[in-house]
Amino acid sequence: MALLLLAPLAAAVLAFALPGKRARPRALLAGAALHAAGVVAAWLRPPAPALYGWLALDAPGLVVLSSTSALFLVCAVYAQGYLARRADRENRVFVGGLLVLLTAMTAVALAQHLGFLWVAIEVTTLVTAPLIYFNHNALSLEAAWKYLLVCSLGIALALLGTFFLALASAGPGGPHSLLIRDLVDGGGLLSRPWVRAAFVFLLVGYGTKMGLAPLHSWKPDAYGEAPGVLGAILSGGVTSVAFLALVRVLRVCSAAGEGAFARQSLVGIGLFSMALAAVFMVGQRDFKRMLAYSSVEHMGILALGVGIGGSAAAGAFFHLVNNSLGKGVLFLAAGNIHRAFDSKLAGRVRGAARLLPVSGSLFLAGFLAVSGSPPFASFFSELAVLDGALRGGHHLVSALFLILLSAVFVGMGSTVLKVVQGDPGESARPQAGFGDSPITAGPPLALMAAVLALGLWVPRALSELFAAAGAATG
Amino acid sequence: MLLAAVQLIAFLALPPLLVGVVQRVKALFAGRAGPPLLQPYWDLARLLRKGTVYSRTTTEVFRAGPAVGLAAVVAAGLLMSFGGSPAAVSFGGDFVLFAGLLGLARFATALAALDTGSSFEGMGAAREVSFASLAEPALLLCLVVTARATGALSLSQMLGESLGGAWRSDGPALLLTAAALFVVALAENARIPVDDPSTHLELTMIHEVMVLDHSGPDLAFILYGAALKLFLFGALVVRLALGFHFPGPWTAFAAFLAAMLGFAAAVGAVESTMARLRMSRVPQLLVGASVLSGFALVLLLR
Amino acid sequence: MARLADMVFILVVVLDLVLLASSRLKVAIRTVAGQGALLALLPVLLVTDEHDWGHVAALAAGALLVKGFAIPRMMLWAMREAAVSRELEPIVGFVPSMLLGAVGVLLSFVFAGALPLPGPEKHALLVPTALSTVWTGLLLVVSRRKAVAQVLGFLVLENGVFVFGVLISDFMPVMVEAGVLLDLFAAVFVMGIVIFHINREFSSLDTEKLSALKD
Repeated sequence: MALLLLAPLAAAVLAFALPGKRARPRALLAGAALHAAGVVAAWLRPPAPALYGWLALDAPGLVVLSSTSALFLVCAVYAQGYLARRADRENRVFVGGLLVLLTAMTAVALAQHLGFLWVAIEVTTLVTAPLIYFNHNALSLEAAWKYLLVCSLGIALALLGTFFLALASAGPGGPHSLLIRDLVDGGGLLSRPWVRAAFVFLLVGYGTKMGLAPLHSWKPDAYGEAPGVLGAILSGGVTSVAFLALVRVLRVCSAAGEGAFARQSLVGIGLFSMALAAVFMVGQRDFKRMLAYSSVEHMGILALGVGIGGSAAAGAFFHLVNNSLGKGVLFLAAGNIHRAFDSKLAGRVRGAARLLPVSGSLFLAGFLAVSGSPPFASFFSELAVLDGALRGGHHLVSALFLILLSAVFVGMGSTVLKVVQGDPGESARPQAGFGDSPITAGPPLALMAAVLALGLWVPRALSELFAAAGAATG
Repeated sequence: MLLAAVQLIAFLALPPLLVGVVQRVKALFAGRAGPPLLQPYWDLARLLRKGTVYSRTTTEVFRAGPAVGLAAVVAAGLLMSFGGSPAAVSFGGDFVLFAGLLGLARFATALAALDTGSSFEGMGAAREVSFASLAEPALLLCLVVTARATGALSLSQMLGESLGGAWRSDGPALLLTAAALFVVALAENARIPVDDPSTHLELTMIHEVMVLDHSGPDLAFILYGAALKLFLFGALVVRLALGFHFPGPWTAFAAFLAAMLGFAAAVGAVESTMARLRMSRVPQLLVGASVLSGFALVLLLR
Repeated sequence: MARLADMVFILVVVLDLVLLASSRLKVAIRTVAGQGALLALLPVLLVTDEHDWGHVAALAAGALLVKGFAIPRMMLWAMREAAVSRELEPIVGFVPSMLLGAVGVLLSFVFAGALPLPGPEKHALLVPTALSTVWTGLLLVVSRRKAVAQVLGFLVLENGVFVFGVLISDFMPVMVEAGVLLDLFAAVFVMGIVIFHINREFSSLDTEKLSALKD
């Protein structure tokens, strides 16, 4: 477990220390590779809890950790080509920051103490803001400021919620601890009004970090202005760890008897996120902002799945993996298209499939995957959520779920098709030297293959892991 | 009985001294020696000896204004408890009448100003009345807080013995109320930071412009009434701020007089150290005073 | 001691209301610094026999240093860099802000009544103070135009969370409070850097200019 945390941190220190621009991306790759090796080791031999139980790897944590690690590794490979093409920019903060981000995300996945969990999420917020500003222009500065302010506000409210939970456990005979295991064991002794108030603040706080509506206002700006590779890591990794934090909170609330209130809130906010995403995706000209709203929608699906519980929760974890991989494909391909056409507006970009055959078709395939078309994996994960909803008797929720999914499909499809199809001659003049190359097209292709493979066949170990993770939501 | 008589005489005789103290403190801050402390008395005497000049455009309203104003303020003084002793007149709910009488005084002065038919006085009256419309809720809120804290509905009882008990249990709330009342006192008596009593510039006058047309004994009544009003507000603030028990009624009264001098010095100090607020900021100040006393009320109600 | 603590809580809420009405940024920064210094007194005032004096003193000293000196210095530096001094009329207006703040204080008292405290009555004013300060911070962030004023709102919100943290430091390790202080420092530091860049890019700290991105 130490390797998981220390390897990227050491690589970050190395990246900050290296004087040369060319060598730094190698540090990024080294850190990512070591991290992935650590995750594989954790699969083969589950590590024991460390630090008096503050760090432990359980089923939900392993799901998030694996998907984040895989995504980060692929993005690190992509970043080699990206940073080489952007050799004009100073990349010390970018590379170092990405590695610190990986450390923080790992810490969240391993955290079993709610205070430590909060600190790790705060670190992800603080370290991402300078990364969004990588392009050093007015728009990315605006996006970085909004991100920093909104997410810091959310995190502060989450801290208040954490304190409320600490107070809930401080009653006579209570667990007097913020370790999740202690809180769940002593659930009946937690003070219920405080737990309810805590859940509200924690939902708002960690929901802001996830990007659930109506707390999502930073997402379109941040994802729209950040480089593609950062967008992939943010939408696939950071939102997943924020979701994990919410899942832990849900577990404590269920143990305390406030589970029904918590689940209803999650279902409500999930549906609201999907609806808002559907509304804002219609007529969206900027395809990176469109991807941000797609991320809002998928976070809504995750919240919905966990809120319904049962087999829908297992489906939500499966969907988390698919969302990470699918968003990775979409953001990396979008990054390629943006660079090639020097524009991210659907009106000015046309015929991406002709000019960048691999990236363009990957963009289209990624859209199909993310919006839940078979045979891609997202279809099966969304089906699992729907199955859980119908089994639980939530007919209205299921109906709304299906309607909103189709609305999103239509809204997103119009923009994607406009970008991908057509004749590139009508569009902005493509930049020379930014066509498809193995290093920029290979990583998204690998991720797409993974999504397809998961759709065709889910290994038994994975499906058991998803089921265990779903059961662990309480 | 004797104490009540002494208090009434003090109420009628001391206010110009209060104004003198304020002027002295301001002069000291400015590095001057300043006028003698009894100067306001000589001013009043001089004005009473002079004759009055009435404009042709004015009516009886103008002539009645100063007299009605003075009568209303004196009547309000009869309701007020000085230093914790019972007032000359008291009944349940008399604090509302107190505020109403002060409002009547202001109404009379404003009406007299409008009666002159000059747009300049009308402007002053409009400004003064619009600020008063924000100061009145603050004043009433402060009085309500005191009533709630002491459980009494008459000024004599509110500011009497029970205030000591209320101070022990709700001291901070009463302190907030006293602070809010101090701001209201500054506003109602046309002091900096709301209004500058010594300005001569047309654009900046509020209260001064309303009384510009009065002369002779009328002006004396108005100045005397303003001094009485300052004394009344000071009595409220001082009693709320120093609400604890005194060994006997005479010591309480003596302490009260000493504290009134302190109040006058405080007013002078505030006037000398602060600048006058922009007129658009005065509503914010008064709303702030209301909010402070509202907060004190919330503290009492929980 | 308990009466003194009550006075501190009331003063904190009064400072909140003052902040909602203040239009000069320097005054606002000093008010927030004063509020932070007041809060540093709280651990000392609320100490009981179960507490470790060393921890309490360290926490109070740390809070005073960070909230009372370090962060206001950073904010004043940011203000000097950008040469801003006065806040324009905020989006909500000063009088409505004050009234909204007053309503927030009222609601905090109402909600605090619904949340029973595990300890004795000595902390009766703590939860309403914390909630009112959080509400004031939120109001400031949402309604102010200048970036420095928005950061001040964030500081006020963190002050509210700190007040609440004092309550649980009874039995939680001091690490929690230290974490809060460290987080505050780091967050304001990063915000300061971003403000520096904003000023360089836009030659202004009016966040109305940061409105190019919208749907």
